[in-house]
Amino acid sequence: MTDLNKKTLLKLLKMMIRIRKFELAVEKNFQLGHIYGTAHLAIGQEASAAGAVLALREDDMITSTHRGHGHCIAKGADLDLMMAEIFGKATGYCRGKGGSMHIADVEAGNLGANGIVGGSAGIAAGAALAAKKQGTGQIAVCFMGDGAINEGLWHESVNIASIWDLPVIYFVENNQYGMGMPSGKVTNLQKLSDRARGYNIAGYTIDGNDVIQVYQKVSQVSSRVRKDKKPALIEAVTYRIRGHSLRDAQRYRPEGETKKWMEAYCPIERLKRHLEDNCKISGDEIDRAEKQIEAEIEKAVKFALESPYLDPSELTDDIYA
Amino acid sequence: MRQITYAEAVRECLSQQMKQDDRVFMLGEDIGLYGGAFGVTQGLIEELGREKIMDTPISEQAIAGLAIGAALAGMRPIAEIMFSDFMMLPLEQIVNQAAKIRYMSGGKAKVPLVIRTPIGGGIGLAAQHSQCVEGLFFQFPGLKIVMPASPYDAKGLLSAAVADDNPVLVFEHKLLYNTRGDVPEDPYTIPLGKGKVLREGSDITLIATSYMVIKAINAAERLKDEGISVEVIDPRTIKPLDMELISGSVKKTGRAVLAEEAYYSGGFTCFLASEIAKNCFDWLDAPVHRVASLDCPIPYEHNLENHVIPGEDIIEKSIKDVLGV
Repeated sequence: MTDLNKKTLLKLLKMMIRIRKFELAVEKNFQLGHIYGTAHLAIGQEASAAGAVLALREDDMITSTHRGHGHCIAKGADLDLMMAEIFGKATGYCRGKGGSMHIADVEAGNLGANGIVGGSAGIAAGAALAAKKQGTGQIAVCFMGDGAINEGLWHESVNIASIWDLPVIYFVENNQYGMGMPSGKVTNLQKLSDRARGYNIAGYTIDGNDVIQVYQKVSQVSSRVRKDKKPALIEAVTYRIRGHSLRDAQRYRPEGETKKWMEAYCPIERLKRHLEDNCKISGDEIDRAEKQIEAEIEKAVKFALESPYLDPSELTDDIYA
Repeated sequence: MRQITYAEAVRECLSQQMKQDDRVFMLGEDIGLYGGAFGVTQGLIEELGREKIMDTPISEQAIAGLAIGAALAGMRPIAEIMFSDFMMLPLEQIVNQAAKIRYMSGGKAKVPLVIRTPIGGGIGLAAQHSQCVEGLFFQFPGLKIVMPASPYDAKGLLSAAVADDNPVLVFEHKLLYNTRGDVPEDPYTIPLGKGKVLREGSDITLIATSYMVIKAINAAERLKDEGISVEVIDPRTIKPLDMELISGSVKKTGRAVLAEEAYYSGGFTCFLASEIAKNCFDWLDAPVHRVASLDCPIPYEHNLENHVIPGEDIIEKSIKDVLGV
């Protein structure tokens, strides 16, 4: 299955657990009434965020989606500042002005999550253009969902990326649903990566719940994109375990589907089994890592709870630079 | 002083900005060898090369999107949208992304981006190539909106727009491109948000934008012969807006006519009229009147077009109505 070393595998596992536990904490605090707006949870999709981002160079740039907590965390976001933002606090990444869907950390290479489906398809290509002009060797990764692949902006952007040889990867997390709409009902393709052919770029479909496969494919593709300055499309097939948002009754799902994906394909359980079977990592070692991550998350929730809200006197700061 | 056209002033500014700053580049449709639909970028690709003058596919959404992304990643792009009517295609990117990224990120990100686009009728291009759409964008916080009416302002305001760390929309009227005026050769900037009194007067204040400024000056000149003294103000940027200058003038004259080429309903001057009513109520001797295009798509045929887009005669009539003469 792999030739990744134990250290990398443990890093991937910890990152996936961190994302899962962060999302569970967001869900719980929403239910407790601590979160005012909404959030879109990436439970079940941890492998694509962790595998893709950890395979990149630290200074590479990403754009994220409304379901973006995992990408932000994998890109090194501070959990305290993230949780505070989702709680709407002044100490959050965006001072409570952006919320879950707009976390950005430009200095860390996170150009921002986006509330518009496919809204960052051009932004990612533009960032890749800047990197190419500046000769930094950076690449940009545009995270997007299966829904975004039907947005006009994506088609315009991938076409320009192709003719201008821009170092950008369009990383499609096909989680089977665009809100409540099954992906297969809105796209007449066996694989979403088939769209790559229309733009004469490389396209791949991978098991998005196998973090080792995600990591290896993104490592391989990103080094080619970096070297050849040509875009690529990767479809990671995954599954959204929770509803579209925190306010979704999920009437559109066939019975038993979620359970099947969770039991058979949970990316975290799959890697744990692999580590125990092949790398002689004990359950105890994993338990210890989980406890440590739980403490990180608890600290983030505590920080968010105890942080103040922004004073309305600062409401209109940040409109203009 | 050297006289050049508005289009030449824009081109000279673009060239100077790109030469003095590695981060500045242009992208747009047929801005290279073709030279732009109105010839504004003619010669720039020969002068600066295709890394600086980037011809794009006909993909307005992606032009805006790529410009935003490049700006976020440290560049200072200047995008050209061939006609302002086509701004409806990248509307989402400009309004939801460019205008809001700084705010949504709590001040962490900035989008130093310029979008230039021609507005206006008067050359028989009909309903989808003749509109003035600035009022639509005027709604949105986070954008700056510049409307130069002279070659001098075109160069100085565009320089300021390129130096600005915010998304700036520059609306250039097609009929202005061939107008001539004094323009210094060396680079200079005109601060955004500073209006200009083009002609002093005492009976009434006439505030006009873009090509309406030319018509306003002509109307004021003719009315002078009839003994009416018109003060003409060009705000030059409508966002930010120099209300101090405008209010000061209206308080002095006690009367105001506002002239723009956009449609009558919901144009920028609706807002301006309400601000004048609020700030100058006690000084006003008559209601504020607005001159704007009819609420009608811009028709093709010349005479019909002239019926929709107000000419100098309409401005004159409006001024006389307000003065009751």
